[in-house]
Amino acid sequence: MSLELFTQYLFAGITYGIIYAIVAIGFNIIYNTTGIINFAQGEFVMLGGMLAISLNRVMPMPVAIFFAVLVTMVIGALIEICFIRWLKSPSVLRMIIITIGLSILIREAALHVWGDSVRALPYFIGNEITSVSLFGTKISPQVLWVIGTCSIVVVFLSLFFKFTSLGQEMRACSANRTAATLCGINTKNMVTLSFMLSAGIGALAGCVVSPITYTEYDSGTGLAIKGFTVAIIGGLGNSIGAVAGGLVLGIIEAFSISLVPLAFQDAIAISILLIILFVRPHGLFGSSEAARLKDF
Amino acid sequence: MALLDIQLLSKSFGGLQAVGEVSFSVPQGAIKAVIGPNGAGKTTLFNLITGNLRSDSGKVLFQERPIQNMPSHKIAALGLSRTFQNIKMFHGMTALENVMVGRHTMSRAGFWGGMLNLPWARREEKEIRAKSLELLERLGIEKLADNDAASLAFGQQRAVELARALASEPTVLLLDEPAAGLNIYETAELARLICTIRDMGITIVLVEHDMSLVMDISDDIVVLSFGQKIAEGTPTEIQGNKEVIQVYLGDDSDA
Amino acid sequence: MGFKNILILVGLSLLVVVTQQVTQWTDTTFYLTQLTMAAYYSIVIIGLCLVMGYAGQISLGHAGFFGIGGYVSAALTTHNFAQYPDNPVIMSLQKVGLLVAGQDLYGGDLLTFGPWTAFLAAIGLTVLIAFAIGIPVLKLKGHYLAMATLGFGTIIYRIALASAFFGEADGISGVPGFPLFSGLEISGSFSARVANYYIAWGILLIGLILLLNLIRSRVGRALRAIHASEEAAEAMGVNAARYKLYTFVISAVFAAVAGIFLTHYNGGIGPSEAGIMKSVRYVALVAIGGMASVWGTLTLGTLLNFMSLRGMFGSYDDAFFGLILIVIMLFAPNGIFRLHLWQRLRAPFGKSSPGSTEDES
Repeated sequence: MSLELFTQYLFAGITYGIIYAIVAIGFNIIYNTTGIINFAQGEFVMLGGMLAISLNRVMPMPVAIFFAVLVTMVIGALIEICFIRWLKSPSVLRMIIITIGLSILIREAALHVWGDSVRALPYFIGNEITSVSLFGTKISPQVLWVIGTCSIVVVFLSLFFKFTSLGQEMRACSANRTAATLCGINTKNMVTLSFMLSAGIGALAGCVVSPITYTEYDSGTGLAIKGFTVAIIGGLGNSIGAVAGGLVLGIIEAFSISLVPLAFQDAIAISILLIILFVRPHGLFGSSEAARLKDF
Repeated sequence: MALLDIQLLSKSFGGLQAVGEVSFSVPQGAIKAVIGPNGAGKTTLFNLITGNLRSDSGKVLFQERPIQNMPSHKIAALGLSRTFQNIKMFHGMTALENVMVGRHTMSRAGFWGGMLNLPWARREEKEIRAKSLELLERLGIEKLADNDAASLAFGQQRAVELARALASEPTVLLLDEPAAGLNIYETAELARLICTIRDMGITIVLVEHDMSLVMDISDDIVVLSFGQKIAEGTPTEIQGNKEVIQVYLGDDSDA
Repeated sequence: MGFKNILILVGLSLLVVVTQQVTQWTDTTFYLTQLTMAAYYSIVIIGLCLVMGYAGQISLGHAGFFGIGGYVSAALTTHNFAQYPDNPVIMSLQKVGLLVAGQDLYGGDLLTFGPWTAFLAAIGLTVLIAFAIGIPVLKLKGHYLAMATLGFGTIIYRIALASAFFGEADGISGVPGFPLFSGLEISGSFSARVANYYIAWGILLIGLILLLNLIRSRVGRALRAIHASEEAAEAMGVNAARYKLYTFVISAVFAAVAGIFLTHYNGGIGPSEAGIMKSVRYVALVAIGGMASVWGTLTLGTLLNFMSLRGMFGSYDDAFFGLILIVIMLFAPNGIFRLHLWQRLRAPFGKSSPGSTEDES
């Protein structure tokens, strides 16, 4: 394999990998605050892209993206308020089924609103054949947009959770809800906030990756499975692990193109998921306590 | 010959040693009590014996066979039965059905027998039901047979749980705080019951806080404190043991 | 079996016969097709009810087992093995009589597996895979279990979609009928519509009897105990892991049997039968009927499937089941027959007779 080909695969892997990582971080934020795995996480990514595409017809792209992210965040909040908030200690089974149902509804709604055609945001710079020379190979500047944006998101989140009082309150909520309530933290709002945050970063990722991967009404499901795989690889709730896991999965997938027929591509991610679940459910970086699920 | 032999059994949770090299043995036909202040490691000890927890080191010998770290359903099949501190009743099932589950190790009908409703499986079901009803009668609660187990009064639930544990015709019965939540009269009744069970040939080990019950019926007592065994002997000996008194009542000189 | 159950089974059989007669009088015999299909899908659902309601496990990949049954049977009965004349395995299978010679549409030589052989092969494979998947998967809990089963179902779907042997996106068609006995055959042929209707419901009835027997037996009791308190059940000597595994395998076999027979009835199968949406639908139907209620699941499942098959939900089909799922989980997590208002209606009728182990079955 030539260096050029190698580097191209590498970048492809990093690009997809970091998207998976963002989805995984979205899972983690909600999981950490509530103990729920939000099966509709992939749909947030899809919605971000779709909304941006539609809005882009009537406003310049940066504005369209801004509003797409905003609307998706509102949708995330609405989901939490309408469906999750007033449940009293539901069983895990119930929560899983509810979020699955939600993901289906959102997907079907998207189908009826936008049809089943495949769309894409225009490239941020140039078009699909514009390229930049980097490390001895040509890559699309969009790739840099994806990596750049997602990295900023990850950094922003780390700073947010570490240094802002809101972020610290959310962490308190995830560590021990009762104690957080006793400290005067409005845990109900924290939950809503976590949904909004997950929706927002998912939507942003969806916008930024849309020119490369295209967006259609059911882009969400595949992403959710891969995002979940990455979250598990990194250890549920561990967002640094998620980034590492995302890169691992993305790169494995990218390089496997040379070995495995395209049709079986998705099977790789799922096989990895199953293997990790069977062998080491707390992931490569998690502790075995993480394998014991949190309560809602 | 000791029926049940605990040898240097240990278990730590992170940095906390819940049970530290505890050893004692239980002769056949005895009633042995394990006592100690809260947090002494009594229930942990029980869980180690019955396979609900993995031990870090040490042995548990039952009829001279090592059973430490065996899965709990295997241990139950060998003849050790137990009750739980916070009664784990099978909700959604009647009292009778709860006891019938206790009969599991005494019966064989499996998936095929069940699905095809084979005649020998049907016969076995009748026998299970009859024996379970008999046990409920023995404990005086046969009228509650068809009541939803979870809706019974606390004392009644205890009785059902006892019946359930006896249904497997165990060799050793481990009772985890059987008197918890019972009043004086119920406790006295419990004491009578435990002695009756012993007279049936079953060896009994109990964890208990109620001192009157313990001193009344136990042949032998083991005292735990912070995971260590600090004393073992007859009720009279234990009552006179200075260290035991100190552990329960505190040291005057600290005041 | 229990008096109540026998009564309901008899009632169900009567209902089946009456429905068929009604379609004859009202000249709506075309309904029979969807009713037959609904019966087969219900076999999957009652098996899943055992896993979800009694063993308390969720399976988001049961369509995968349906797919394994259907696809293996379809492939073996349509794939022309005459292409490999010199293969020693093929030759010996033909000698033993497992491979059957015939003629294809153009008069050429056709060598395929007989339907019963294919049936056994499909079931055998299902059992193997169910054990292989079940052992590690059932150790998982909650979300991990859901995701693992989802992943399993997706892999089966992907394999069906990607392999040439399984017809890729077009699936497999031209699947022959399945001969039962004395001239009866499971097939989509017009003239056999009424017979096939009864065959389907007959098979469902057999499945029901087996399941109801199991629930009332020692094993069923042990399963309910596991569901209530696994720790206490284990302390009573119940090997929870093994029972959960066997339950899972049984439900997989139910799904596979449904897959096989429905494929022969329809004359074909496509990858969507093994897809996530179908798995979700099965879960939705079990949830709506009340996870531990076989009757609730059966009635509602059949009804809703029938409506869906007749296209009553139009393009909102999947959305509808998604919505049901949410509504049920929010408002009636124990199924709509366990809602409090039903309890209040039943109360005046008192409890069942003393000494019986009658429970909601």
